[in-house]
Amino acid sequence: MIETREAQIVEERAVRVRQGERERLARTWAHPAGFWGWFTNVSHTAIGIRYMVTSFIFFLLGGVLAALMRLQLAYPEQHLLGPDRYNQIFTVHGSTMIFLVVVPMMFQGFGVYLVPLMCGTRNIAFPRLNAFSYYVYVGGGLLLWIGLLLNIGADAGWFAYPPLSGPQFSPGKRVDFWAQMITFTEVSAMAVAVCLATTILRYRAPGMTLNRMPIFLWEKLVLSLMVMFAMPAVMVVSSMLLLDRLVGTQFFNPAEAGDALLYQHLFWFFGHPEVYILFLPGAAIVSTLLAAHCRREIFGYTPIVVSVVATGFLSFSVWVHHMFATGLPQTSESFFTAATLMIVIPTGTQFFCWIATIWNGRLQFQIPMLWVSGFVATFLVGGLSGPILASVPVDTQVHDTYFVVAHFHYVIIGGSIFTMFAGLYHWIPKMGGFLMNETLGKIHFWLFFVGFNMTFFPMHILGLRGMPRRIYTYPPEMHWSGLNLLASIGAIFMAAGVLVFVWNFLQSRWSGERAGDNPWGAGGLEWATTSPPPEYNFLELPTVNGREALWDAAPNQPIVVGLRSDIQELLVTHSLDAEPQLKEKSEGHSIWPFLAAIAVSLTFVGSIFNAWAVPIGAIPVIATLVGWLWPRGSSPPAPEVVGKEA
Amino acid sequence: MEAYREKLLLDVSKLPSVAIGRRNVSWLGNIFYMVIEGTMFLLVIASYFYLRSRSVDWPPAPYMPPALRYGIANVVILLLSLLPARWIQKRAAAGDRPNVRVGLFILAAMALVAIVVRWFEFGALNCRWTDNGYASTVWALLGVHTGHLITEFIETFLIGAIACTPKMEGNRFADADTNSVYWYFVVATALICDLVIYGAPRFI
Repeated sequence: MIETREAQIVEERAVRVRQGERERLARTWAHPAGFWGWFTNVSHTAIGIRYMVTSFIFFLLGGVLAALMRLQLAYPEQHLLGPDRYNQIFTVHGSTMIFLVVVPMMFQGFGVYLVPLMCGTRNIAFPRLNAFSYYVYVGGGLLLWIGLLLNIGADAGWFAYPPLSGPQFSPGKRVDFWAQMITFTEVSAMAVAVCLATTILRYRAPGMTLNRMPIFLWEKLVLSLMVMFAMPAVMVVSSMLLLDRLVGTQFFNPAEAGDALLYQHLFWFFGHPEVYILFLPGAAIVSTLLAAHCRREIFGYTPIVVSVVATGFLSFSVWVHHMFATGLPQTSESFFTAATLMIVIPTGTQFFCWIATIWNGRLQFQIPMLWVSGFVATFLVGGLSGPILASVPVDTQVHDTYFVVAHFHYVIIGGSIFTMFAGLYHWIPKMGGFLMNETLGKIHFWLFFVGFNMTFFPMHILGLRGMPRRIYTYPPEMHWSGLNLLASIGAIFMAAGVLVFVWNFLQSRWSGERAGDNPWGAGGLEWATTSPPPEYNFLELPTVNGREALWDAAPNQPIVVGLRSDIQELLVTHSLDAEPQLKEKSEGHSIWPFLAAIAVSLTFVGSIFNAWAVPIGAIPVIATLVGWLWPRGSSPPAPEVVGKEA
Repeated sequence: MEAYREKLLLDVSKLPSVAIGRRNVSWLGNIFYMVIEGTMFLLVIASYFYLRSRSVDWPPAPYMPPALRYGIANVVILLLSLLPARWIQKRAAAGDRPNVRVGLFILAAMALVAIVVRWFEFGALNCRWTDNGYASTVWALLGVHTGHLITEFIETFLIGAIACTPKMEGNRFADADTNSVYWYFVVATALICDLVIYGAPRFI
């Protein structure tokens, strides 16, 4: 009797300790409240959701532009849009979808929200830099779209080749808006790459060695490195274009020892890795979802990880296949054809591993899996037309036709948008704490899937029949009308599908079923906390015993204790074996990243109109950075405690 | 609750809360930024040689190669600046605030001198950025590097200013150490840029 009483006292004390800890953590990690609080928040969950919501809004806007184009092309010789407006619309559509939707959603949005949770930590590395990246991204999006709404939008295509985009053939400010938007979005993506790679390498839960790291984290690590190596190229080239246009440099002027093809080399040195920067997040979502919804560890963990790394490397050796029509030497054409075909190997490996996972798993065919199936079907079609285009004679024949438009929409919508919806249906229950409606989810899927194939499959045939890209109308005697009408009807289905999703989201948010902590019974650490997670992510920091942390956890799996709950303290672990090394105080909430982003944005925009904006704008930029970096409060004890690592 | 009581505990309370060098998280972030900026330098250099391959003479006639005097002066200044940078690292590891402060201000002063000399270096390039593709890439390369010099001057001066206050403690010493690592990067890229700007027109 006495023993029972003692046990009860111990339990009650444990409950009180946990409750006290919970309250302290909630106070320490609380998100700032109020209007200004919104701008000072540097929490990864808040910034991650903002990235996703903002990029989804841009997705809707880019979709409106696509619908306008399909409306224009539904019948021959229509004049709903004039050629100038049409140029702006296809340029802003492509630029929006690539720079403002897919990368910010799939890399930044999913990455910023999920990576710290999957690592089992309480915030991202360099949270202020992360918050800064978001505001800069918004600045870039506004710049591009305000230009369009003022009818001075970018109009030289999403890759803006000179000489068309140069000072001679594109006077005015239109191309400048595009080029400076690139600077904004790439600064943002590179900042997030640094934050994510550092988080993955230094904040993983004890026990999560590299060999146990979820494939999602592997992919985000590889992707971050790809962003670091690829995105400087587009920043360099768009800056060169701006300099040619604004201060009279001659980088791309062949008359003055410049070269227009230099632009294409630099652009595609970025552009082709970018294709995999668009695809790999989708592949990682598929690998993660398949394990969760097939109730088994992913088949072929090691081959998949090797494939992701190999894709990262190979993606830097194929850029010239975008330039086959420029008259390159035959040897380099052969080399780049072979390199392009090699990409099939790692991609095919991942496909076979996914099929094997489904084959041997206990498949739960819920909405996320429906989207994964849609991805497999569509990406396969897009993937197969890739090797066809890698062949120089075919590429030369269909270059700049709708065949190419069909190919890259199959790859990008298949690889990124289908997987985006799969990921949203899978993780919205975690982020919002509610389940999406199954019936509406199915209607969304079928409308989108059928509409997508109606829209883009006929474009293969249109391309083979010689319909060029970027024409605002066509004469009836070309016999392209029927297929164009079919494509436009398909676009209506797609748009209806997306509207159903928005309705489903809003309705489920207000009245949907509560999700619970782990509605799918998945094995990742993000499911080890409540839905939505508290501000401090985990009451008890977890340790890891296998690749699927929750499934492989021992009955007495250790938890981490000893981190302070009165300051925002994080556990730093070794890059390889995730052994605990250090406790680190996270940067707190601050208004300075927002102010710095404003100062940087004004400087970027001002530089389009006057070069003096750069030195003048540097003053507020420096001032805000000083405010950002100036230490406040007290730092942990002096370094003699540790000394320098040998 | 039983499960809670049965759980094993991994106690990290004894772990240090400050580390200088590779264990510090900012050190890794700094390396990643060097990767990004190093890639930018390489791409501008690649552009330079790409344009070189498209031109018969280099620099295109009648332009002369850049004059060497200010370039050499800056190389000397930057190489000498490695001494205070290294000294800061050593003193930061020992938590020696007065000497770290002195080292930071010496380094900032040397960065400022390098910026002033750089101004004259632009004047001795024997071309203007508007002249041709060669001139544009030379100005771009030196311009990107000058941007690094200026930001590094500001950062070093800022950490020096923090070192004048009681806030110079703990992780701020790690910042001083990381700043030195970044300075090495700035010096290394200067040497590579100089090899291209001054060497390529003469030897390639």
